[in-house]
Amino acid sequence: MLATALAVASQVPRVLDGEVPSSGWTWVGSLGIDMTFRLDGFAALMALAVSTVGVVVIAYAAAYFRGHPDSARTCRFAAFLCWFAGAMLGLVAADGVWTLFAFWELTSVLSFLLIGLDDTDSANRFAALRALLVTGAGGLALLGGLVCLEQSGADDSTLAQVGLGLVLVGAFTKSAQVPFHFWLPGAMAAPTPVSAYLHSATMVKAGVILIARLAPEFAHLGWWRPVLVAVGGMTMLLGGVAALRRDDAKQSLAFGTVSQLGLLVLLLGFGDPAVTAAGVAMLAAHVVFKCGLFLAVGAVDHATGTRSLTGNSGVGRRLPGLAAAAGLCTLSMIGFPLTFGFAAKESALAALDSAPGGWATIALVVVVVGSVLTAAYSVRLWWGLFGDKPHPPGAPAAHGGVHHVPGLLLTGPVGLFALVSLAAGLLAGPLAGRLTVASEALDRAAHAHLAVWPGWQLPLLLSAAALTGGTAIGVLVVRYPLSAPARTLGESVFARLYSGLLDGARNLTLVTQSGSLPVYVAVVFAVVVGVITAGLALGTGTAWGDTVLADSALQAVVAVLGVAMAVATVAARRRFVSVLLLGGTGQALTVVFLLYGAPDLALTQFMVESLSIVAFLLVLRRLPRQYRPAPSWAPAALRGALSVAVGVVVAWFLISAGSVDRPTDVTEAVNALALDEAGGRNVVNVTLVDFRGVDTLFEITVLGTAALGVANLVAGSRGVARPDPRRMARVGARSMIFDQTTRMVFHLTLLLSLYVTLRGHNAPGGGFAGGLIAGSAFVFRVLAGGPEGAHRARYRMPPIALIATGILLAAGSGVVALAAGDEFLETAIWDLHLPVLGDVHFPTASVFDIGVYALVIGVVILVLGNLAARGDATARVPAGDGA
Amino acid sequence: MSLALVLLVAALFACGVYSMLHRSLTRIIVGVVLIGNGVNLLIVVAGSRPGRPPIVGALDGATDAIPQALVLTAIVIGFAVQAFLLALAWRSWALDGDDEVEDDLEDRRLAMDRRRQIRIAEAQAREDHARWLVRDASRPSTHELDGRDEIERGDL
Repeated sequence: MLATALAVASQVPRVLDGEVPSSGWTWVGSLGIDMTFRLDGFAALMALAVSTVGVVVIAYAAAYFRGHPDSARTCRFAAFLCWFAGAMLGLVAADGVWTLFAFWELTSVLSFLLIGLDDTDSANRFAALRALLVTGAGGLALLGGLVCLEQSGADDSTLAQVGLGLVLVGAFTKSAQVPFHFWLPGAMAAPTPVSAYLHSATMVKAGVILIARLAPEFAHLGWWRPVLVAVGGMTMLLGGVAALRRDDAKQSLAFGTVSQLGLLVLLLGFGDPAVTAAGVAMLAAHVVFKCGLFLAVGAVDHATGTRSLTGNSGVGRRLPGLAAAAGLCTLSMIGFPLTFGFAAKESALAALDSAPGGWATIALVVVVVGSVLTAAYSVRLWWGLFGDKPHPPGAPAAHGGVHHVPGLLLTGPVGLFALVSLAAGLLAGPLAGRLTVASEALDRAAHAHLAVWPGWQLPLLLSAAALTGGTAIGVLVVRYPLSAPARTLGESVFARLYSGLLDGARNLTLVTQSGSLPVYVAVVFAVVVGVITAGLALGTGTAWGDTVLADSALQAVVAVLGVAMAVATVAARRRFVSVLLLGGTGQALTVVFLLYGAPDLALTQFMVESLSIVAFLLVLRRLPRQYRPAPSWAPAALRGALSVAVGVVVAWFLISAGSVDRPTDVTEAVNALALDEAGGRNVVNVTLVDFRGVDTLFEITVLGTAALGVANLVAGSRGVARPDPRRMARVGARSMIFDQTTRMVFHLTLLLSLYVTLRGHNAPGGGFAGGLIAGSAFVFRVLAGGPEGAHRARYRMPPIALIATGILLAAGSGVVALAAGDEFLETAIWDLHLPVLGDVHFPTASVFDIGVYALVIGVVILVLGNLAARGDATARVPAGDGA
Repeated sequence: MSLALVLLVAALFACGVYSMLHRSLTRIIVGVVLIGNGVNLLIVVAGSRPGRPPIVGALDGATDAIPQALVLTAIVIGFAVQAFLLALAWRSWALDGDDEVEDDLEDRRLAMDRRRQIRIAEAQAREDHARWLVRDASRPSTHELDGRDEIERGDL
């Protein structure tokens, strides 16, 4: 932090000489957005403030948190604060709206984290959340506004005006302007160093900075000045009144900050060069004195244990140095002669006095009235903290006393800020030259005019009147305290919106989450029907051109059979029948694929359908024979209508899409490269194991994972893995013929599967089909051997080892190619001359296919073996036993 | 395009949806399998024309290999999904003695107990507020919002 401050300070002479150091790098190249920074006069002023105040606050915090029981929280605080300082530096030095926006949001998030530092208190958490929601919503408005501005070229188009309005909303939320100001007093839940740094000196200035940058550009717009004067003025007056009514010193200061931020928005948003220059001076003065006052409140809190403005008495006599330093800051705040605040306020009044137009007069009146209030609450604040009160009403004795004298690190920073306030006031003349560099960065014509003593003119008279009147009011309020309202309007509106949002979310859940699966499924398919219908209705129309009744007579017969079996499947009342019919539709598909010229698909489909019937039957053994009657949630007609609608829409979609009428570029490339690149003639298989080999690799991984899931679900449903022999004896209805036949064809089937796998590269077949065939061989052994056989088979050929081997082989064949300097899974072809076998043509893709083969065998054995083995051994868990 | 196959795809989808609109897990699985078959056939029919198998050396008049390659893995994965669903049905039977999918109790509770939840939240807020009042009588309210709003809502 200190290094940062020194680094910034080292740049200051260059900036004063008129240079503008800058740096940047490409951020989002595709959108033409760069991360750029430049340190012009204004940015340098703010960066100097951010870094030096940061150093002081960190030093102060070290003393403030000393001996704090929760050291983790202290560490968090230090980390967040440093992080925030970095973000804030980025914000003030940003050159370009997107850089600014990124850091803008970062400061909002860090502010949230720092306000909620004490996360054990629900009130703190809520205050942090509220601050985040308000500033976050403002951030969204800012983003929308920036996009609008970016999209609109001319700065007087409607879109640009809307964008500008949104940007202003963002700035108002960040700088706590009416009506968004309520989050800032809530943010006082943060530890005092945070309040001093974020919520008075730096972060809340972000909106002011943005407005200051925009004002010279946009002040010519008709609505700009009225809006800025109205919002700033309202904020200044309401904040001042509220500050008078709060008893907590930090609350009072927070509303004071709101009020001062209103003043800054008014001055820097006014758009007149002289007023802008005065605003810059006011900004600098405010950073110094408000930070000092917050730190003073923290020191008093630390010393006495209370921040009540009516509960403290005699602190000033015990801690005269602190009281004097805080007094100096207070004088600067109310604009007492010889202080920085006085010089800045005088120049502001003079600039507003000489500015043309009716709004300048209104602004002048507002500022004077605001100054009266400022003087009033400041006097009350200082007196409340340090003055002698004869009878603190209702306060316990302990509250009046000072437990301990705060150390130098707690009081020193206050003194430092007080001295700076005084010195800057005394050296106002020379300082004006420096501040001019800063204000010129905003507006070429803005020259700062600061003076130690401006002479008896209207501004000084107004100042004097405000000081006198304000002090009088302050003394009156000390004598007759005002009570704080229960809550402000902004808080009420926020609370209504917040709870309304939560209620709305609950109601929405109530409507959409009925908890019934059929209802969810129905909604999903209804949406499918709606979306596809809309797409087709708005589309180019149906292409009936290439539609024929059927490609061949056999195809027509099989298709009609398939339709009939599909309808029968859902019409069947018995589970067993419906599953058999389901297998029938699957086998109809096998024939269709075969006729279509897809033997690989036909082979795979045939094996899958056969095995899935087995899987179904293994499960159905235990389930009730009949389906239960249809559910009562909707009439069958409704379900039927939805189903028919889906079918019609799909058919319409398919006819509209039409068949691809000639080979695509991809197909032609695949066909051309199959033999040369992958060394195979079966294009389908080559595509699987070579051209989209990575895809296949992931798919077989999914297969293996699903199989493991099945094994866990089934085997895990009961603790023991080994079936009970006594139960098996009872179950053992085994067929001798089936048993012997299976034994005979087992090895033949295995041999066949190997053959199908190896020829797959050049002819229909391949790892998937071969694996399914081999798996079926094992499954028949299992079925013939009963549960004991299933158990044995699983241990003879451990399926998990097969799955692992398969994945390793498939991935390994790719890695070998990688090691040989080729792409992952690129096929190398080896032509070997072996002594017995002769010439062998061996592409590495075959290794991949063998991996697939092994994995599929493992999957089949794992799934069906588990279902078979558990089928008889698993008793149902009795009701109430749990699982 | 063959109308017979379009009819078959449509029938597979329609029967699949009808089957999935039931509570029995067996029927839902049957529906999933039917729709899966329908999708596979749809991709093949829309993606290629019938012809000879795509084998290098006899590519004249052969079908398109790409849809077949896509569908082949889909068939096998469909098998794995089906097995997984069957295992779920198995487990459902082991626990309940049936394979009916009951309504999601969490969703139901969310819907039914909304009022109760609000009441609990209000009580909590009231408690927080009371705790906060006791904590430090001399400090004024900084976060009045915390509980009051819930309390003001009263009994809904």
